[in-house]
Amino acid sequence: MLKARCGVLGLLMLLCASTANAVLNIEIIGAGEQQIPVSIVPFGGDEKLGLAIGEVVSGDLQRSGLFRLVDPLGKSPHAPAEVNYADWQVRGTEALAIGTVGAQANGRVEARFRLLDVVKKVELIGQAVSANDGQLRAVGHRIADLIYEKLTGNKGVFSTRIAYVNRQGRQFSLIVADSDGYNEQVVLSQHEPIMSPAWSPDGSHLAYVSFETGHAAVFVQSLYTNQRKVLADFRGSNSAPAWSPDGKQLAVVLTRDGSSKIYLMRPDGSDLHRVSNGSGIDTEPNFSPDGQALLFTSDRGGSAQIYWMPVEGGAAQRMTFGGGTSYSPRYSPDGKSFVFTHLSGGKFYISTQDFQTGQMEMLSEGGWEKKPTFAPNGKLILFASEARGRGILATVSSDGRVKQHMFTQSGDAREPVWGPAQ
Amino acid sequence: MKKIVISIVLLNLLAACASQKPQETAATPASSPVAAAPAVAMASSAQTYDDALNDPQSILAKRSVYYPFDVSEVQDADKPVVQAHGAYLSKNPARTVRLEGNCDERGSNEYNLALGQRRADGVKKMLELGGAKSAQLDSVSYGEEKPVGSTHDEASWAKNRRTDINYAK
Repeated sequence: MLKARCGVLGLLMLLCASTANAVLNIEIIGAGEQQIPVSIVPFGGDEKLGLAIGEVVSGDLQRSGLFRLVDPLGKSPHAPAEVNYADWQVRGTEALAIGTVGAQANGRVEARFRLLDVVKKVELIGQAVSANDGQLRAVGHRIADLIYEKLTGNKGVFSTRIAYVNRQGRQFSLIVADSDGYNEQVVLSQHEPIMSPAWSPDGSHLAYVSFETGHAAVFVQSLYTNQRKVLADFRGSNSAPAWSPDGKQLAVVLTRDGSSKIYLMRPDGSDLHRVSNGSGIDTEPNFSPDGQALLFTSDRGGSAQIYWMPVEGGAAQRMTFGGGTSYSPRYSPDGKSFVFTHLSGGKFYISTQDFQTGQMEMLSEGGWEKKPTFAPNGKLILFASEARGRGILATVSSDGRVKQHMFTQSGDAREPVWGPAQ
Repeated sequence: MKKIVISIVLLNLLAACASQKPQETAATPASSPVAAAPAVAMASSAQTYDDALNDPQSILAKRSVYYPFDVSEVQDADKPVVQAHGAYLSKNPARTVRLEGNCDERGSNEYNLALGQRRADGVKKMLELGGAKSAQLDSVSYGEEKPVGSTHDEASWAKNRRTDINYAK
């Protein structure tokens, strides 16, 4: 029976990545406690490129909630010698980004930019950033990352990618996009559900659940070659793939021996072994940053809650208590806390909990909010939400202050996951 | 580009249909009462089975069982339905069913996939107790991925918390 279907799978593999033309509509709600006033001067030469790089940089910084953009009001210096610091001090700007951009002889685009400290009148960054012709936005994201890191002390995540599933009627598409939702690429599109995309730590592969064989099976696909293979297709359900931080192991959830249990395996499918026991549901494993432990969802105590256990099995500890149920845990990049979905009083809340204090904090007002995932710098959390009757992507800063809604052009966006640092 | 992708998808779907047909036809002659039963051999009894499964008044016409929130045990009200299917499968060993567990949207997608599997497996176990053989039964879960009702209310949720008993044609 399974063999007969392999031919079908082979054909499905022909599905190539295609660039969708969808553009997201982004709304920002709230602001950081302290916003750094910055001015981004339109880059010299960008009118020839068809994309205002300065606007990409401004958009990135604004969405982080940590910056207040101060209008250059027509001043357009492109070199330090053209900057009259007094002009900028008067406007309250603390940092000023200027630069030029142009096409190179080799077809690449190069931006030379500088970040100037308006108060101290010194140069903070002077750097050239280049990319292939078709990746102008990537140049902007890289510059925004450099500015963000210099001014906040934390790594920027504007150059990272996200993956999510878009559902439109019966059509399910697995999408990879820039962190701002632009530059969408369709990795897989089919009439059966797709769930739980998971990035390999090096960003080269996605593991995910597809129902194309008639039930939930786990696949792994290269984002470079689009080649894909079945990782787990046993009887019943095969789901919830998670990569170990070193990329040498995957955790999956199988029902081949009874109820949903967590198993570990190598990415080539070998060395499959079970690490969770008991009769209840264990699912949604997530590796700790050091690879030594797993967080997971289990109903072993009578309702769905978050549990912790050593990676190779052993006594599990319950992490969430109190009213309601909890799902979809993910470690913060520093390993000190985790984010999860808390269902209480009929509403889902994106919540975090500190390992040391056990303190739970709800970051959202509640609604249809699911599947939270940290940005690689730990400062933002991406999750699935709903607005105007549609599934959308949303982010919230890890302090809960700044929220952002991203509307895809059509359909319901769900199951988002933030990719690794570049 | 987009058009090419779509036509590839269509081709795949066609291929999927085509490749599944042989399996179905292979199974049909043995199991179909209509083809095997006529005139002599199984005469009246085969006729009865055929009627029982196709008779809208029969309890076998009920092919879904429903659950309260986050529950996977077959409820008392639905036990006679599952038992009747168990008895039918026991007497008709060539018939096979696929048990498809579904959930409402409360809970995570992955938790609901697991819950739907437990619902389907619970029905499977009860069918086996009723005399059906494991080889006649396949259990899968769609979790909350294939909702019948898509509104955020109990009217939809109640319809989505179910296991479907789907006979292979």
